[in-house]
Amino acid sequence: MSDSTNTEAATAPNSGAKKKNFLVRIISNNSKWLMIAPPLYYMVFLFLIPFLLALKISFADSILAVPPFTAIYEYKDDHLLLNLSLLNFQALGHDVVTYKNELIYNFGNLVGWIGGLFSSAPAVVTEVVAPEPSQYLSAFVESLRLATIATIVCLLIGYPVAYAIARAPKSRQNIYIMLVILPFWTSFLLRVYALQGVLRDSGLLNQLLIFMGFIDEPIHILQTSLAVQIGIAYSYAPFMVLPLYATLQKLDPALLEAASDLGSRPFRAFLDVTLPLSMPGVIAGSMLTFIPAMGEYIIPDMLGGPGVQTIGRVLWDTFFNDRDWPMAAAVSIAFLLFLVVPIGIYQYYSIREREA
Amino acid sequence: MSKFLRKFDFLQVILILSLALLYIPIIVMVVGSFNASQLANHWTGFTLEWFVKLFNDRRVLEAALLSVEIAFLASTISVILGTLIGISLVRVPRFFGRLLLTTMITAPLVMPDVITGLCQALLFNQTRVLFGWPTQGGFVTILLAHITFTMAYAAVTIQSRMLTVDRSLEDAAMDLGAGPVRAFVEITLPIIAPALFSSWLLGLTLSLDDVVIASFVTGPGATTLPMTIYSKVKLGVSPDMNALATIILAIVGAGVIISNIIMVRAEKQRQLDESKAMAEAH
Repeated sequence: MSDSTNTEAATAPNSGAKKKNFLVRIISNNSKWLMIAPPLYYMVFLFLIPFLLALKISFADSILAVPPFTAIYEYKDDHLLLNLSLLNFQALGHDVVTYKNELIYNFGNLVGWIGGLFSSAPAVVTEVVAPEPSQYLSAFVESLRLATIATIVCLLIGYPVAYAIARAPKSRQNIYIMLVILPFWTSFLLRVYALQGVLRDSGLLNQLLIFMGFIDEPIHILQTSLAVQIGIAYSYAPFMVLPLYATLQKLDPALLEAASDLGSRPFRAFLDVTLPLSMPGVIAGSMLTFIPAMGEYIIPDMLGGPGVQTIGRVLWDTFFNDRDWPMAAAVSIAFLLFLVVPIGIYQYYSIREREA
Repeated sequence: MSKFLRKFDFLQVILILSLALLYIPIIVMVVGSFNASQLANHWTGFTLEWFVKLFNDRRVLEAALLSVEIAFLASTISVILGTLIGISLVRVPRFFGRLLLTTMITAPLVMPDVITGLCQALLFNQTRVLFGWPTQGGFVTILLAHITFTMAYAAVTIQSRMLTVDRSLEDAAMDLGAGPVRAFVEITLPIIAPALFSSWLLGLTLSLDDVVIASFVTGPGATTLPMTIYSKVKLGVSPDMNALATIILAIVGAGVIISNIIMVRAEKQRQLDESKAMAEAH
């Protein structure tokens, strides 16, 4: 900082029209790195490198040691030996126990595997007894189902709510938004716990339904995937409402008036004007709900019971209970590869929104 | 017009109903914290027993203290680093790693906690193998992991606010002879201050809320408040957790009201100052 102050002192007064903005000047000389480097390196070391590590470890094999995985490369006799194991990724698709037992050829050595591709005799035995789909695959499908339904529910509730807030008088908008955000400031865990209380057999919802005469016996909602869907929709609704409100609130009411002047009925005007213009909010909100919902651990664990296995829970159990770090890393990497598309869409819209 | 009004009412009804749905479970929980019955479904009388029980629980108090320490440090550091990112991204059009930085501050916002947690756990394990540090997970590892994602939120918030800062105001200050540091402190900082404050609060909340990432990177002996809550509520009804929720709600409610008043006042003062300055200039 003192460096830039000196250059500043030398050039500051009346240095002409070409003078750059001071913040630009501070950062565009060599000392700009004083500013950019700390957060950049922090993120590289604590965000980027951990992912590369997970990628690396996903190619290792699980062993009983510290650390609990094999080295993927070693330097022996002047040769660099790569031990890239694809076992974890294969286990993603098939039942891991069956598969590991049935595996005749060791895929473990990628070099040998690639060599096998080029040799005349097929080194890869492709015929393996068709195993059951793995717990990872079924958990993934379950997560996809739960997250999709919850996102649609969030959107169906969130859109009218955001629309109502955006159309409310200015003074009341802030109060409504505050009311939407307020639960978010309290503990997420305790909100899920609160929901648990409402959904249980003797909870408020069942009492209400019995009181109103819809049912005679309490219905079991807790410990089912329905409870998880309700839980995700309940916890993530603010994430849907806020981006939707942000886009809807920017909408020029004159556009709707114009549509109406040109003979559009209100609903038609909504479909033709409001909805298309609010698409960035719809996409941002949906992604903000869908992506974390896919990997959610707490909600399925607290509301779903043992029957609802999601990818987040399986990953957690693989790491903490099985202590199979390479498998957990492989699950993460495969999961991330799947999430690249929605995350990319979200990034595209949010960066464009911020820098527009 | 009547049609418009009817549509408006319909929306209003959905809004009120949704807000009610949002708050009913919370209200039930708060009521439960004063209910003498263990079971949440019957009101048997008013009691403060659960609050007394909570305050006598050393495990909860220690965990709360640890969590508050981590949250304060994590949010403060992330606001400082986030400000640097926000200014860099807005005022420097090109620098090495710009796209990487933009990506790295947006990705944690949507990254599932389990993946972030796992990756951080692998990182600290790797540094333990390579450098013998950290000997075991705990305060520092949770703090470092929390800074990573709270910084992302801070950076995004501050970046959006920086975009609204009129560059000519900074230039004008400089033309009037202010040094860059002074111009930043007196012009830029007050304008972005609300963003700094709200991202600090957000960081505080996110850190106080996290159970997954902390579970991945912690070691023996360091248990945060959410981890304690989680181990308790997993087992079912736990009235002292209702009491804790009531306390948290009271603190948050008071905090939101106070900060709102402060922010509204600050904004009014700023507008007043601006118009005064304008009047004097003319």
